[in-house]
Amino acid sequence: MTSNQPIIRIQSVTKIFNRTVTAVDDVSLDIAAGEFFALLGPSGCGKTTLLRMIAGFENPTTGRIVVDGQDMQGVDPNHRPVNMVFQSYAVFPHMTVAKNVAYGLKVTGVANSEIQKMVPEALQLVKLGGFEHRMPHQLSGGQQQRVSLARALVKKPKVLLLDEPLSALDAKLREAMQIELVNLQKSVGITFIIVTHSQSEALSVADRIAVMKDGQVKQVADPLALYEKPNSQFCADFIGKINQLEAEVAGVEGKNLVVDIRGVGKVVIPHEGHAEGRVSLAIRPEKVELNAHEPGDERVKFLSKVANVVYYGSTSQVFLENAAGDQLMAEIRNRESNTATSILIGSEVWVSWKAADTLVLTE
Amino acid sequence: MKKARPTPLEYTRKRWFQLVMLFNFIFLYFPIVALVAFSFNNSRRNITWNGFTFKYYVKAFHNESLFDAFLNSLIVAGISTVVSTILGAMLGLALYRFKFPAKNAFDGWIHLPIIIPEICMGVAMLAFFSRLNITLGLFTITVSHIAFSLPFVAVVVRARMAGFDHSLEEAARDLGANQWQTFKDVTLPYMMPGVVAGALLALTLSLDDFVITFFTSGPGSTTLPIKIFSMVRFSVTPEVNAASTVLIVITLILSVGTMVIQARGGKDKGLPI
Ligand SMILES: Nc1ncnc2c1ncn2[C@@H]1O[C@H](COP(=O)(O)OP(=O)(O)O)[C@@H](O)[C@H]1O
Ligand SMILES: [Mg+2]
Repeated sequence: MTSNQPIIRIQSVTKIFNRTVTAVDDVSLDIAAGEFFALLGPSGCGKTTLLRMIAGFENPTTGRIVVDGQDMQGVDPNHRPVNMVFQSYAVFPHMTVAKNVAYGLKVTGVANSEIQKMVPEALQLVKLGGFEHRMPHQLSGGQQQRVSLARALVKKPKVLLLDEPLSALDAKLREAMQIELVNLQKSVGITFIIVTHSQSEALSVADRIAVMKDGQVKQVADPLALYEKPNSQFCADFIGKINQLEAEVAGVEGKNLVVDIRGVGKVVIPHEGHAEGRVSLAIRPEKVELNAHEPGDERVKFLSKVANVVYYGSTSQVFLENAAGDQLMAEIRNRESNTATSILIGSEVWVSWKAADTLVLTE
Repeated sequence: MKKARPTPLEYTRKRWFQLVMLFNFIFLYFPIVALVAFSFNNSRRNITWNGFTFKYYVKAFHNESLFDAFLNSLIVAGISTVVSTILGAMLGLALYRFKFPAKNAFDGWIHLPIIIPEICMGVAMLAFFSRLNITLGLFTITVSHIAFSLPFVAVVVRARMAGFDHSLEEAARDLGANQWQTFKDVTLPYMMPGVVAGALLALTLSLDDFVITFFTSGPGSTTLPIKIFSMVRFSVTPEVNAASTVLIVITLILSVGTMVIQARGGKDKGLPI
């Protein structure tokens, strides 16, 4: 066993429920020790099922899960070196906070003197010091979640599994908890695997993200690569907002691709890898620039009509329609108080972006 | 200050409504109140009030056959409650927990003893015991009491478990508990109010059952309700009133206990029982 061996190896794991529902479809993932890893995908794509297979509550139909070099086949949940924070928190309602946290230690025969020391430490870690004798029904949802976290962390697992831990919290608390989770993970150094359907949450907390769809992993990448270089229309669309335009590959010029965009004409785009036939060109709204006059070269540019402007305070979204009737959205920063109002609905503007920022998506 | 006219929804402030309520109360409770009151009446006959006395309680207590019947009732109720609570709780838990073929049919089937007329059940029990040549006595009474209280316990326990969050059990397993520890530390504490309520229900049902007991009791094995009935056949003496009052008080305490436990269990899931 070497130290840079992945803490979790998921090898061609498939889970089929009732012989008909394929919840997880041939997933292979390696997760490194100390990583903050996110499983991201729309509801019903099999994230929870994958997490539950790691925890031992479901058995893979085929495939293998290896935790810390040990094959988990046939190992009961209580003998796995992982712990889970449940979506419903699952705090034991008839035990005090301290008893909840102590439970996992007591039940595995940790000495009482040891427990007395570890419980307050764990509660301190999640900022629940002084709540030892409260009952769960006297706690808010966010506090119950901290109990659930402390209870899992006090076991010092190799991997902590979190199933949609923040989905029940209100927006403000959620953002605060995201930051706290990241700090907590850094300070304890345990591998975290978080399940979420919120792309912003995954981007803000995770070191690496696996995007799932219909039980399959579509892309595994760090947040920056996932946002800037999505490998499919699904990932591009699911992570953040993106404009997609239909185009046809007209030829290859060295490292560049010549594409014919409907209603715009031929443009040259830097692109590595192979592409032919119909492709989708994608561009992030914040990379789109609007100008009254024609901008310089090295940019994809065309005239569009302003269909609508929606004001969001710090930004505005400008909805545009080009000559072919294709829709496009630009997100502009409201640098000056009249930025939004200076764009008149119905007027024509130059839409442009750096050719290098264009993504060519073939699938 | 002038009192405002009652609004349409303030039924309780309407004279006619108060009269209806009063009539209902009299109709329901007057016979019981009279029964209890006359158990303290210092007269052999239950007609006129002759002053307060405890003597019929003492007399009832010293009536050997009445006291024996009371003891029999306690024995039958005690054993049938313990057995039906254990079996019923296991059944309720199994119905909540497991999926098995024909579960719905089985689910309906266990309700049968609750809905079929008691008299039919009594006849069925009698036929069953005589077919097997079992002499009627305390044993047969106890067995039939177990048979009819078991479904009640199962239904109560099952209803309690319907609100149970299964991930609590998974959380316990995840934290290192084996299946037995999980049951003992997490499932059972949650289930307990249902089990206690079911047990009190079984006890109440057994203590005052007449019909089924009537069919399954043999000579020398009467329970209190049957004994009271046979005494009433001659005349309603204050002694009978006293015995009945004792039965009422026990039943009342058990019922209130059941309701309190169920209400508490529903309100506060963190009941530290
Ligand atoms: N115990 C189960 N029995 C049958 N189907 C299930 C079970 N658990 C999950 N599924 C199905 O598997 C799919 C994936 O579910 P899940 O892993 O919960 O998705 P997610 O957590 O990504 O929302 C869904 O279609 C769901 O209906
Ligand atoms: Mg889920």
